[in-house]
Amino acid sequence: MALRVLVGVKRVIDYAVKVRVKPDKSGVVMDGVKHSMNPFCEIALEEAVRLKEKSLASEVIVVSCGPQQCQEVIRTALAIGADRGIHVEVSENDELGPLQVSKILAALVKKEDVGLVLLGKQAIDDDCNQTGQMTAGLLDWSQGTFVSEMTVEGEALKVVREVDGGLETVRLKLPSVITADLRLNEPRYATLPNIMKAKKKKLEVLKIKDLGVDVSPRFQVLSIDEPPQREAGVIVENTEELVEKLKEIGQI
Amino acid sequence: MLRLVRPGLHLARGHRALQAVPDTLVAALDRVVGSTNVSVSDAVRWQHGQDESIHPCCPPDVVVWPQNVEEVSTCARLCYEQHVPMIPFGTGTGLEGGVSAPQGGVCFDLSAMADVVVVHPEDQDATVQPGVTRSKLNHNIASYGLTFPVDPGADASLCGMVATKASGTNAVRYGTMRENTLNLEVVLADGRILNTAGKDRRARKSAAGYDLTSLFVGSEGTLGFITQATLHLHALPEGSMVAVCPFPSVRAAVDATVDILHSGVPIARIEFLDEAMMTACQQYSGLDVTKSPTLFLEFHGSQGSLRDQVKTTEDVVKDHGGMEFNWAQEQETKSKLWKARHDALYAVRSLRPGWKCYVTDVCVPISQLPDVILATQDDLKASGLVGPIVGHVGDGNFHCAVLSDPSETGSGETVHAFSTRLAERALAVGGTCTGEHGIGLGKRHLLSSEVGLTGIWAMSALKAALDSRGLMNPGKVI
Repeated sequence: MALRVLVGVKRVIDYAVKVRVKPDKSGVVMDGVKHSMNPFCEIALEEAVRLKEKSLASEVIVVSCGPQQCQEVIRTALAIGADRGIHVEVSENDELGPLQVSKILAALVKKEDVGLVLLGKQAIDDDCNQTGQMTAGLLDWSQGTFVSEMTVEGEALKVVREVDGGLETVRLKLPSVITADLRLNEPRYATLPNIMKAKKKKLEVLKIKDLGVDVSPRFQVLSIDEPPQREAGVIVENTEELVEKLKEIGQI
Repeated sequence: MLRLVRPGLHLARGHRALQAVPDTLVAALDRVVGSTNVSVSDAVRWQHGQDESIHPCCPPDVVVWPQNVEEVSTCARLCYEQHVPMIPFGTGTGLEGGVSAPQGGVCFDLSAMADVVVVHPEDQDATVQPGVTRSKLNHNIASYGLTFPVDPGADASLCGMVATKASGTNAVRYGTMRENTLNLEVVLADGRILNTAGKDRRARKSAAGYDLTSLFVGSEGTLGFITQATLHLHALPEGSMVAVCPFPSVRAAVDATVDILHSGVPIARIEFLDEAMMTACQQYSGLDVTKSPTLFLEFHGSQGSLRDQVKTTEDVVKDHGGMEFNWAQEQETKSKLWKARHDALYAVRSLRPGWKCYVTDVCVPISQLPDVILATQDDLKASGLVGPIVGHVGDGNFHCAVLSDPSETGSGETVHAFSTRLAERALAVGGTCTGEHGIGLGKRHLLSSEVGLTGIWAMSALKAALDSRGLMNPGKVI
C-alpha cells in the first residue's frame, strides 16, 4: 500500500546566524542573512524520502509557502529526493502564521489526494509548534507529534513520541499528520550531482486564490526587542563586601 | 592608569616573571585592539600556552584578540619594533605544542576574525578567516551541495589547518591542505600584509613565480600570521557507503590496502585499526566489532559507481583473507562508525584514566607499511608500552597512541626513546617523521635527519628572509 506523502518545508534564517533586531523594532534583519531549510523540516523530508526508498510511499510532494525565495528550499528538497515541488506564492508583505499554513496544507491534501503529511515539529524562527496539530484538526485526521520513531503497519502507523514523561508509543489510523522531532533520523545532505539532477524535476507555482483559502491574519506583531544586554559583573574583594553589595541592590 | 596587572600578583611563566613584554607595549596594544581585547590574566595566558599535545604549558605574557587584519598588522609592527616574540593562535587543537610560548611574548588569538568572507559555489572556492572552523565552513556550504573534506579529527580552525598542513582520513582521495589551498593573506612579522597568490586571486592553478602559498602551508606560525585562506571546495558525493573489514593479520590488512589502491578504486577513506585499537574502540564506543586488525573503508560516488567499487574491493578483501565485509549506507550507521574512529584517542585514554597519551605520526611509502607497523608493535611489547595503532593507510601514515603513567619515573623517557626509534625506522625506509601533525616543539632534532644539512640551511635562509628577527613562534620547526 503506497502512500502519497506531502512534506511541508519552511525557509528560515540559518540556525548558525546571530539574529539582530531591526532598529525600528518591526522585525529582525533578514536582508543578506543566510537562510536554510528549517532543521525539523529536513528531518521530516528525510523520513519521507526513506519511505519512498522502501517503496512504502509512491510519491513525495514537497510544499513551501512564502515569497519567491522559498523556491530555494524546494529545490534543495528535490535534490534530497522529493519527486515534485509546490510553491504557494504570497507577497513579501503577507504574514503567514501556523493557522494560514494549515489551511493551505489542508487544501493541498484534498487537491493532491495525499495520504500522509510529514512536517517538522516547529520552525526555529517562531517556535510555534502548531501547524501540524492545526492541519490534523482541519482535516479531522489522526496526528502523531514529536515523533522519534515511525513504522508503517498496513493501514496504520506506529509512532513513538517524545513527551515530558518519557516515550509514548501510539498507533494511528491512516491518513495522518506526523511532526518530526530531532531523533527521528539523521538527514542526508543535498549533493551537487543531485542538485544538478533536481533542476529537471517539476516545481509548480500556485497563488493563494487558486486554492480558495482565506489567509487573513488573526494577530499583529506589535514590537520585537532584543533580550537585555548582559552587563559586566562586579568583582568584590571579600564576603563582607559581597553581602553589602547584595543589600545595596535589594537582593537581600 | 590602566589596571592591567593586579598589584602584588606574582606573574610567573615557567621560571621567568612578566619581563619579556614592556608595559609600554601592552599599553600600545590596548590602544589598538581595545581593553576588552587584551589580557594578562593568569587563566587566559595558561589557556593560550597549551594545545592538545603532551608538551607542558608555556604561557605567553600577553594575549590579544585582533578584530581584523589591520589590527593584526599594527600589533605585529608594535611587537616587531620591540623585538617581542609573537605566537599565532587558532583553536589550540594542535598536537605538537605549536602554540606554546617558551620565550614568552604576545599571543595573537585570531578567533575573533570569524567570517566566511565569500563563497563562490560555481567555482567551488571559499575564503575564510582564522576563526572559521572546519565544521562551520561545512555547515555554510552544505546548502550548495559542497564540502571541504580535509578532516584531521579535531574541529580545528581552517587557517590553523593551513599552518600545520593538516590532512586526515579523506586525504587519500581529496588531498591535504596543500592541494586545497588556493591563496593566503598573511601578516609578516614586521606587519606587512602579503597575499601569497596575489590579492583576491582564486585561479585553480597558477605557474606565476615562486609558490608562496605552498611555502606558508605547513609553516606552523613561524613565517607569519595566516589571516585569510582561500580554499578549494569539493562536491558532496552523490552517495557514500562505509564498510568494516576485519583481517587475520596486520600484513593482510595493509597488503589488501595496497591492492585496493592498485585496483583503481577511488577509495575515499581507508583507515587501519590494530587489535589493540579495536578493543579500545569497542569498549569506549560500544561497537559490535571483532578485535582484529581492521580496515574502515568509505566509498563515494553514484549508486552504480558504489556498486562497482564495493564489488572490486570485496574481491580484494577476500583474496587477503578478510574475515567479513560489513557495509552500511544509512547516515546514522555511517556517523556512528566514523565517530568511533574519531574518538580513537579518547578510547585509548580511557584504557588508563589519568595517564598521558603521546601520539606519533610517521608516514612511509605504502609498501613499507606492514614491516614498519609490525616492527613498531614488537618495539611496544619490548618496551612494555601500551600503544594502540590507527592509521590513514591509503597514505602510508599511521598514529601510535602511546600511554604512559606520569607518576612512574622514567616513563616519559621510555616513550621519548620509543618514538625516536619509530621516527628513525620511518626515515630509514624513505618516510617522514611527521605525516600531518608538524614539527612543532618536539621534532626539531628529527628534521635535520630528515631533510639533511642543506635542507636545513635552505629552510633557515627562508626563515631569515621572512622573519629576520626570529620573532614568529620561536622555538618551533627550525
